Amino acid sequence: MTTGGTYAGGIWSWITTVDHKRIGILYFVSSLVFFLVGGIEAMFIRLQLATPENTVLSAQAYNQLFTMHGVTMLLFAVMPMSAAFFNFIVPLQIGARDVAFPRLNAFSYWLFLFGALFLNSSFFLGGAPDVGWFAYANLTSSQFSPGHGVDFYILGLALAGAGSIVAALNFIVTIINLRAPGMTFMRLPLFTWMTFVVSFLIILAFPPFTISTVFLLFDRMFGTLFFEPAGGGDPRLWQHLFWIFGHPEVYILILPAFGIISDVIPTFSRKPLFGYPVVVYSGVLIAFLGFGVWAHHMFAVGLGPVATSAFSGLTMLIAIPTGVKIFNWIATMWGGALRFRSAMLFSIGLVAMFVIGGLSGVMHSSAPADLQQTDTYFVVAHFHYVLFGGSILGLFAGVYYWFPKVTGRFLNERLGAVHFWLMFLGLNLTFFPMHFAGLHGQPRRTFTYPAGLGFEGFNMVSTVGAVVTFLAVLVFLVNLVRSLRTAPTAEANPWEASTLEWSISSPPPPHNFDHTPEVTSRDPLWHDGIAPPPPGEEEFHMPNPSFWPLVVAGGLLLVMAGALVGLPLVLLGVAVTLVGIYGWSFEPIH
Amino acid sequence: MERTSTGVPNEKMLMWTFIGSECMLFASLIATFLVYRDQSIVGPYEEELLNIPFITVTTFVLLMSSLMMVLALSAVQRGDPRGSRLFLLLTAILGLIFLGGQFYEFNHFVHEGLGLSRNLFAGTFYLTTGFHGAHVAVGVIWLLTLWTLALRGRLGPEKAVTVEVAGLYWHFVDVVWIVLFTVIYLMSGATGA
Ligand code: HEM
Ligand SMILES: [Cu+2]
Repeated sequence: MTTGGTYAGGIWSWITTVDHKRIGILYFVSSLVFFLVGGIEAMFIRLQLATPENTVLSAQAYNQLFTMHGVTMLLFAVMPMSAAFFNFIVPLQIGARDVAFPRLNAFSYWLFLFGALFLNSSFFLGGAPDVGWFAYANLTSSQFSPGHGVDFYILGLALAGAGSIVAALNFIVTIINLRAPGMTFMRLPLFTWMTFVVSFLIILAFPPFTISTVFLLFDRMFGTLFFEPAGGGDPRLWQHLFWIFGHPEVYILILPAFGIISDVIPTFSRKPLFGYPVVVYSGVLIAFLGFGVWAHHMFAVGLGPVATSAFSGLTMLIAIPTGVKIFNWIATMWGGALRFRSAMLFSIGLVAMFVIGGLSGVMHSSAPADLQQTDTYFVVAHFHYVLFGGSILGLFAGVYYWFPKVTGRFLNERLGAVHFWLMFLGLNLTFFPMHFAGLHGQPRRTFTYPAGLGFEGFNMVSTVGAVVTFLAVLVFLVNLVRSLRTAPTAEANPWEASTLEWSISSPPPPHNFDHTPEVTSRDPLWHDGIAPPPPGEEEFHMPNPSFWPLVVAGGLLLVMAGALVGLPLVLLGVAVTLVGIYGWSFEPIH
Repeated sequence: MERTSTGVPNEKMLMWTFIGSECMLFASLIATFLVYRDQSIVGPYEEELLNIPFITVTTFVLLMSSLMMVLALSAVQRGDPRGSRLFLLLTAILGLIFLGGQFYEFNHFVHEGLGLSRNLFAGTFYLTTGFHGAHVAVGVIWLLTLWTLALRGRLGPEKAVTVEVAGLYWHFVDVVWIVLFTVIYLMSGATGA
């Protein structure tokens, strides 16, 4: 029997949903909210730095804001917005009706949301963490960080990190096992490929971080000596474990955006992706090398000449597969019938901006140069070119591209262009001068600077740029709201794209495909690449809604809160979690 | 069973991937243990405490539990309810004995003056073996749940994949222990009892 024809309404249906498309929308809305929160934090930072010796923020508040800005943008904005696309798009691109484990998928979302809310609640509960997103030991010891900020960091990221791992496990199984017939690996759309690669990065990179935060928690709560020099411990252990996670993390942040534009650019060039296998293999190679370069964040620590040279060399190597991708995108556009829709503008913006960020990356992969640049605004300029110029522009490309598929409505193209150009201008105004401020010696993570060192001009321009960027985001919000009020007019394939998600109605029905498609080419919609469906109705079951994922995630949230409040709450949390797991395990699925 | 692209059931694929992730978890613990080996600045030190013969016995018990797990799976696949019940229970009991041994060991060490925050050996030892013990405990709960299903006659051959997945987890936890046993105990320089 075929079930699940239409969506139920009401908030309860969203709370209990296990539908990958609805979970995708939940991820998107939440990540957008956190993007705004992180953005407002950034505005305060820029306001404080606009002039020397400014007093908008105290040093204490400043430290909390830049820490939370970093954590929020990386883990609560960029990662979940990527996850929004993983959720909504990947099953459609591979011809599946859902992910492999729909309830686990809902569970991941709740873990992320609870982790993010928990960490942000610290602002109101005695102060947010103020130790940087990398939280170096032994600044984080109970001696130097006696408040609860660091505990919120540890516990909140434990929840969100677990959510990411669970989601990644789910997507690996989904992509391996739920591909439609004929959808071989070398026919997967690039976005699905990059989701696959990123999922591996997540499941392998997050555990070392988890372990290092457990060590830290034990140091703080039970007096162990992992990062305690007085007891023989070594704070550098944290740096190693953190960056073994932290460097793969930067690829977790950028590869989804690379995947998005690898789908967008061919569509708006009306040409298949140039050198598809090479783009795939470069993505895999980037991920692979990404595990061997973590100590380029630690040159200043003094690793010794051999280690320094090795990490330096490996880091430079990564630029090769990255550069290859850049050339593939350019070659795809070369000679194509280009259409400069908003999604395309953002994609081209990514290519241009990422080149700048990549080049500064290669500059500080050279250890002697890095010793001058590390801990200055030069590094801040680098990672904002790759993160804002790369990840964020790529994600916006995805928003403009897939919006009609998700909602059946179009975002306004004129406003889209205004959004793009304002953002392009704003981000360059903000971050380009930081290169110079950094080379002139302005240290990062410092709440103010004295007049007369030549930093004033650069900082003022940066602040103006930040305001422009903020305006661009407002334009986007206006566009979003306006478009949601228009009538749904999008047909199945408005951009004349080539991949499977465009073969079904916009928005797709709950079960996605009436017939599981059989794929016979890499760009199925361009090459008659879908075999005609067999006659008759296909039988399938859609999973039932469930509230158990929420219960289990809620139980874990109680455990984390209990770690700060007291043992009874921990035990209550454990009980709720266990009840949830058993309810989940014995729930009839169909 | 739903159709999958590879023919491997989703649950099994999930467990394999999860095991991949777990490898990084234990690798981080083991690397830390090794980096901090012999770095404690006050005693008691590992060579004074570790009791290799005793742990050899509990290691043997854990290995035998893996054997029982194999027999349990084969009984479930054959549709042999008596065998399923018996071997699942035996696997869980052997797991519990191992945990009992660990409890005894921790207790003994604390009495010898090795509190959790005493020195670097204490922290790395308790956390590394503790993480493993927690994995064993989860496995025992899982096995006992399967056992109660078997008691109620709800663990027929159609549930073989579920049992196989539990088995994969259990064997993995065992293999991790072999590594921990080697790294923590055999390589410790402790002379014996
Ligand atoms: C060509 C590729 C890249 C190279 C060679 C490179 C190299 C480097 C190096 C050597 C550092 C350390 C600088 C220092 O602290 O002194 C660094 C920092 C950083 N990079 Fe990259 N990078 C590349 C791409 C990326 C990407 C794709 C992202 C993120 C999307 C990224 C994000 C960051 C961040 C966030 C930091 C600063 C971390 C911190 O200290 O807070 N990088 N990069
Ligand atoms: Cu790095």
